[in-house]
Amino acid sequence: MVNVLDLPEEELIYPGTRACAGCSMALIYRIALKALGKNTIITVPASCLTVLHGMQGFCTTKVSVLHTPFATTGASASGIVASLEDKGLNEDINVVAFAGDGGTVDIGIQSLSGAVERGTNFIFACYDNEAYMNTGVQRSGSTPPGAFSTTTPDGKIGYKKDMPKILEAHGVPYVATAISSYPLDLYEKFSRAKEIYGPKYIHILAPCPPGWGYEPKDSIKIGRLAVQTGFWPLYEVIEGKFQLSKDSRRYLDPKKRKPIEEYLSLQKRFRNISDEIIANYRDYIDNLWKDIKTRTKEEN
Amino acid sequence: MTDTKNDYQKILGSVQKPVKGEAGKTGSWSPKKPIIDIEKCIPAKSGKPSCFNCWLYCPEAVVSRTIPPKIDFDYCKGCGICMEECPVKAITMEEVSIE
Repeated sequence: MVNVLDLPEEELIYPGTRACAGCSMALIYRIALKALGKNTIITVPASCLTVLHGMQGFCTTKVSVLHTPFATTGASASGIVASLEDKGLNEDINVVAFAGDGGTVDIGIQSLSGAVERGTNFIFACYDNEAYMNTGVQRSGSTPPGAFSTTTPDGKIGYKKDMPKILEAHGVPYVATAISSYPLDLYEKFSRAKEIYGPKYIHILAPCPPGWGYEPKDSIKIGRLAVQTGFWPLYEVIEGKFQLSKDSRRYLDPKKRKPIEEYLSLQKRFRNISDEIIANYRDYIDNLWKDIKTRTKEEN
Repeated sequence: MTDTKNDYQKILGSVQKPVKGEAGKTGSWSPKKPIIDIEKCIPAKSGKPSCFNCWLYCPEAVVSRTIPPKIDFDYCKGCGICMEECPVKAITMEEVSIE
């Protein structure tokens, strides 16, 4: 278990970025860069992270960043890795694709699937703020049911795409879920992913103050509630072996989980949610944890 | 003699300089700034490096990991995450005038 003092003190991201106050994506990026170190090349499609990197002529990070079109994140990472291998530099440099949920579950999925199938040695990190936030909150495949967005004014109908499962089905050597509210867990996961050869996938839930409708100061609290209610389990799948992370382990017991209403009621996007959808959430969480329980037992 | 780096920059025009405050002095976004009460702050009280929750959770990297932690008001956006995450409630948000 890492301690706060184990994290490097040097910041690889400069203060004064264009990210909103209380943005958890900025926190995720900051902690991830601490784990990855200076020898890293980041490739970013159009997303909030592009906004964070600033305008032409300037950059906010001390690592190299490549801005790519929306659908090509995976392909660009494959290209970078191929050119590094050609120059014999692939062992010293981490290649990381950092995309939002739109660039991962909707527009970026084909190039991600292709890069993973080719066995590209890179990390794909998806920070999931559950809608297209930097263009003004449009629904994505990752928006949870009942959530308001400008394209689903009465709440989304349907479900949230289970991206980590899709990547697991690709036979990826490392799949993990994380959240900004547990930065030490996030740091550990990036450090572990960096040591593994082959495609790695980390899906990180990123609470968004303007998009989800809450006070910026509650960013960490809301993320913690997502874990405490059981909505967002933290786990890792290393070489097909399922492992529940330490911070999520106690929620295997349904009595320890907080009621889902606590998580939903803090966010304005769930203001008009019906009781039926809340009941669906409860069923979803119950089924999710039943599955986790059987998978944890199988491994032990 | 060719100056590869300069030529490269001329052709691409996209080799960018890392800078502090790309969006300007973001401290002006909010007048409310976190003030640390040294009497309550864990590392300041014990004199040993410990806790540093404010440093860990700051999305903007404006808090330093020193004893006591220092906050750069020029770039602090005043989100209040450090106030929420301080285990001993040593941080309060107060209005501070910035030039």
